[in-house]
Amino acid sequence: MSLTLLEGNEAIARGAVAAGCRFFAGYPITPATTILNTMLSLLPPLGGVCLQGEDEIASIGACLGASMAGLKVMTATSGPGISLYSEQISFAIGSEIPIVIVDVQRLGPSTGSATRAADGDINFLRWGNSGGLPVIVLAPVNVADCFTLTIQAFNLAEKFRCPVFVASNKEIAMTRESVDMDALQIPEIVNRAAPPGGTKFLPFQVRDDQGVPDFLPIGGKVLVRQTSSTHGVNGYITTDHNEIAGIINRLKTKIHSAVDEFSFYETYTVKNSETLIISYGVTSRAAKSVFNKLKNTDRPVSLLVLKTLWPMPETVIRRAARDFKQVMVVEMNLGQYIHEIERILPDKTIKFLAQMDGRLITPHAIKEKIFHG
Amino acid sequence: MDSLLNIERPPVYCPGCAHDKITHTLDNVFQNMGLTGEKIVMVSDIGCSGLFDTFFNTHALHGLHGRALTYAAGLKLARPDLNVVVTMGDGGQGIGGAHLLAACRRNLDLTLLVLNNFNFGMTGGQFSATTPPDAQVGSGFLNQLEHPLDICRVAHSAGAPYVTRCSGYRNDLANKIRQAIEFKGFSILDIWGICPGRYTKRNRLTPKAIEATLAQLPAMEGVMADNNRPEYGAQYRKVAARQKPVGEPLKIDAEFSPPRPGRQEVILLGSAGQRIITAGEILCLAGLTAGLQTTQKNEYNITVLRGPSISELILSPEEIHYTGIERPSAIAAIDQEGVDRRMAMFDHLDQDTLVVTCEGVEIPACKARIHRVDLKSLGIKKPDWALASLAVLANLGHILSLEMLAAALKIRFKGKILESSLDLIQKAGSNSS
Repeated sequence: MSLTLLEGNEAIARGAVAAGCRFFAGYPITPATTILNTMLSLLPPLGGVCLQGEDEIASIGACLGASMAGLKVMTATSGPGISLYSEQISFAIGSEIPIVIVDVQRLGPSTGSATRAADGDINFLRWGNSGGLPVIVLAPVNVADCFTLTIQAFNLAEKFRCPVFVASNKEIAMTRESVDMDALQIPEIVNRAAPPGGTKFLPFQVRDDQGVPDFLPIGGKVLVRQTSSTHGVNGYITTDHNEIAGIINRLKTKIHSAVDEFSFYETYTVKNSETLIISYGVTSRAAKSVFNKLKNTDRPVSLLVLKTLWPMPETVIRRAARDFKQVMVVEMNLGQYIHEIERILPDKTIKFLAQMDGRLITPHAIKEKIFHG
Repeated sequence: MDSLLNIERPPVYCPGCAHDKITHTLDNVFQNMGLTGEKIVMVSDIGCSGLFDTFFNTHALHGLHGRALTYAAGLKLARPDLNVVVTMGDGGQGIGGAHLLAACRRNLDLTLLVLNNFNFGMTGGQFSATTPPDAQVGSGFLNQLEHPLDICRVAHSAGAPYVTRCSGYRNDLANKIRQAIEFKGFSILDIWGICPGRYTKRNRLTPKAIEATLAQLPAMEGVMADNNRPEYGAQYRKVAARQKPVGEPLKIDAEFSPPRPGRQEVILLGSAGQRIITAGEILCLAGLTAGLQTTQKNEYNITVLRGPSISELILSPEEIHYTGIERPSAIAAIDQEGVDRRMAMFDHLDQDTLVVTCEGVEIPACKARIHRVDLKSLGIKKPDWALASLAVLANLGHILSLEMLAAALKIRFKGKILESSLDLIQKAGSNSS
């Protein structure tokens, strides 16, 4: 076995390139900047483009343009930049433009603390678009995930024609870590589907057995229309409420109905344990330490690590929690995902540990909460 | 060539709108240039100028207010062969001002047609970035208090190599648009016109009056010689082709055994300029040469060259989950600023922790074992104390061995830096126990 020393951000950039990303645009912001730096060293020699936009709005806008020209695209920022991305995120959702958006979360609100961590954007990512339509959010735990989940993010963006977020965290992004690159499970690369020949192309027409329109790039032989306005299958504005309802419902259903096929998670179960810890991101590493410390004691705990946060992988969570009386949610914010867990597990006793002061939640704090909280 | 106007969607502007004339003129330009729809992408955003894309049988991308140039940049970089024609209003120049400046500075081969009619037509005739202060608009007195933007002067000073200010009623408008599209670089046409739906309801403005006003302004027409330069996209591809491909990240095989079993936690407490982060990376690499898992977590102020710099490192034969430090095996107290930042930590230390303390650094009273070193008297300068501290630890057989450290330096450095750093660890390692 040989080991490589990588930080999370570099792993995300390398994962993106492995997924086929050939266009990146971003604006420098701690703790996401090293993604921009790495893409700038990786893409130009491959014939790709890495652009430093004049601001975040321009950066994601350039990505949307390049994606419509057929390239796989990515941008990366932190909370303050996600705020600025918001209108373009809504565009990508409503107009089904594939894009991977990395949010290297830092302590908010607002400019907050550039070099302190939090998972404070989890609900912001889900709800930060006008219209409230669903998005896909994946949360890496370590450097290995940064690489492989970024590839998954591209695959999902291509398959479902939607923005996919990688919800990283300063404590993963800027932490260097050893990783066995040869042991990574690299998913097969997915590309957006072109329409079958022989039929007239309409930019938002969906084939009978599909939930997602086929894609043709702007600039090809067939004329392609794209618009941020409410549109019919032909890409022109529509006021037909039946057509509008059909498209809006499809935008929701294409993501929600498929979550079981991209519910990434890990479970660590010990027989006779009474508590299931549910966590995600860097915090789940402290939970894993607790799991390891307690697994051979008389008071073991079990653990569910969620790597798909949105849409909520309800099947996975219900199944994992089935045999437990008590569930404990641990997250690095004031309590965001906890409310979703409470919603879908109404019959469980639910404990909660939250911390939002820029520090990692410690294994000790988790243990205390389980046994004395 | 055939008209590219979409006969199924004829223009629907207010009667007398300048946009209508410009739409037909643009169609003539496309025909005269022999362009077919698939060679063109119309990019537009919000407002009446945002209707343009629907009237043409071309590729089209219609987006958010003021952001048309952002999409256009991505499209053109991805597809340099496309004619990218952007339509925006005067409103878009205000909300998207940063993008206008960037487009001028960047000089990507885009054509921006500003359909300047001095107000927000769609939302009720509010004042825009170009509304004269004496106009009657839907924003009450507010436009009287602001100075209108001279789009062309701004574009010129921002570096646009092709700038034309003209009336939408000029006879040779088609020629002007064609020249702008044919220009290899960013071209902007500030086309003045009349908004009968809103603006001329309360303001007297005629094509003649537009001509008269334009005649009083400094003429700006065509290539700006002082800004003329190679186009961004072509330059980008040229420079990019010279960039050396970056290899795969280095894979490091285990060749040594670590001096001590189990998880080792190390904290380097220093200050900016002491290469704390680099020393931390070297310790991680040293760990990899012994087949250990490693993590490196750093803390420093967002300002550079000042303040504490701290690196927290874990080396472990097992997978590392929690990356925080719980029971440090070693602390290198390299500078007071780092020690002061982590003062509270010293209360909890016991005999299992070894603190390598550099000369001049005060550490709080604690139960840890203290190993004082005077690196200065060995002729080692402050910026090298972090690396020297690793050599001290290695010499004590703590955390890492000298051979692991030397191997890490060989991975990280080359040439003279490698030689001097190898000398340094030799010096620090052999003289400091």
